[in-house]
Amino acid sequence: MLSRRHLLAAVAALPGARALAQDTVDLGLPGGPSKRRLTDDFPGKRGMILQRNTPALLETPLTAFNDGIITPNDRFFVRWHWPFPTEIDPARFRLRVDGHVARPLDLTLAALKRLPPVEITAINQCSGNSRGLFAPRIAGAQWAHGAMGNARWTGVRLRDVLDRAGVRAGAVQVRFSGLDAPVMDDAPDFQKSLAVDHARDGEVMIAWAMNGEPLPILNGFPLRLVVPGWFSTYWVKMLDRIEVLDKPDDNYWMAKAYLVPDTPDGGIPPGTKDFPKRPISTMVPRAFITSIAEGARLPVAPTPVGGIAMGGDSGVARVEVSGDGGTTWAAAKLGPDAGKYSFRRFDAVIAPARGPTTLMARCTNSAGTVQPMTGIWNPGGYLRGQVETTNVTFV
Amino acid sequence: MRILVPAAVLGLSLLSVAGLSAPVAIALPDDPTEFVDVPGGPAAEAINNNCRACHSASMVLTQPRLTRSEWTAEVVKMRHVYKAPVDPADDAAIIDWLMAMSEGRGPAPAG
Repeated sequence: MLSRRHLLAAVAALPGARALAQDTVDLGLPGGPSKRRLTDDFPGKRGMILQRNTPALLETPLTAFNDGIITPNDRFFVRWHWPFPTEIDPARFRLRVDGHVARPLDLTLAALKRLPPVEITAINQCSGNSRGLFAPRIAGAQWAHGAMGNARWTGVRLRDVLDRAGVRAGAVQVRFSGLDAPVMDDAPDFQKSLAVDHARDGEVMIAWAMNGEPLPILNGFPLRLVVPGWFSTYWVKMLDRIEVLDKPDDNYWMAKAYLVPDTPDGGIPPGTKDFPKRPISTMVPRAFITSIAEGARLPVAPTPVGGIAMGGDSGVARVEVSGDGGTTWAAAKLGPDAGKYSFRRFDAVIAPARGPTTLMARCTNSAGTVQPMTGIWNPGGYLRGQVETTNVTFV
Repeated sequence: MRILVPAAVLGLSLLSVAGLSAPVAIALPDDPTEFVDVPGGPAAEAINNNCRACHSASMVLTQPRLTRSEWTAEVVKMRHVYKAPVDPADDAAIIDWLMAMSEGRGPAPAG
């Protein structure tokens, strides 16, 4: 008779196997609590790390990123601030465009889809991805590295929609909000804004499909904003309102939340009070080893080390891998280039010495920014970007 | 899991051809998890009564060890920013429970 442990191993080995309901993962968060349940309970999702049931916070296990540079819809992370509708009638849905425009619009999905379609492969990463790994620790969603995903988004250019409405002279920002709504009426509705020139740059888009399928409700059906190179806080889900503003947005989610220290790297010494802040914006380069798990014991032999890298707001130019805790580095081979906003696969082979060591991967983006060895800290737990470590033992 | 309209039926091509489609609905899982009394410590009644209307207990239970001032700031933020109807008279009982719950989670934070 198979033991439970053997059964788990057998199930885990099956391609596409469902995680068993009682599976747990240890996220390695310093000081804990670090264990989380893996859940299949959310419609259209499988094997997700359950961070919070309501409103849903679901994290992608790092191992899922080893399967390819595209994150499948059923493994894509989920993050909501407020409750959201669980039933949507596409026939009755309208996207309202108003504010400082010549012609306010109420667009049906069919009308939106008559605009020229565009596609982009882009990483959607939570501002607080990896927050649980900061030291000192920070209150908030205690993510490890899996509050990110990379998808092929299909939709229309935001610029084309704004041009139909006719942005009037004097417009400064464009504000976005969705169908999610606060529990209490007087709490701040989730709204985010982009500068009008950014909104009209031809890259920012309104997506209605993700990896060739309609957006899952949990990822923002029927429409979400896609802001390539920028953190997910701007990728408003269930987008139903676009408002052109003639003065800077002072709503809570722009003026008080999602702010980072106004320093070059967004970091500040822990405990610092009263410092200038700015809204979080572009992502930074990162690399993650996904082929070898933390704590692995491996035979002393040439060992493949692979994973995914991102350039942030530019492409991945180079990834280096170290098998000796950062003393020596070797260039990894890069996989196919799916565009500068996509994950890029890297693979290298290291020749390890016997004993414990730390594996590292370091990304340099096409703007020349190199991941630092030492991390920053800020009170939001945002913008983590240092070289990450995978501790292993060669025996 | 219950999906009223299976994802496969809502294929992209169908959506594109039809332009419109039937309502899409999902059923989210329930989360009955309650806070429990800390053995030999504070009771969970106040935190159960005040803190589960908007979010699951896991939002609290996954937090690292925080200082009393950090926990206090969280409770105050919930009331002032997110307008949670937390009775100020319950603050002490809530924060005592949070402190007791998170003791033993790693080294005591500074401050």
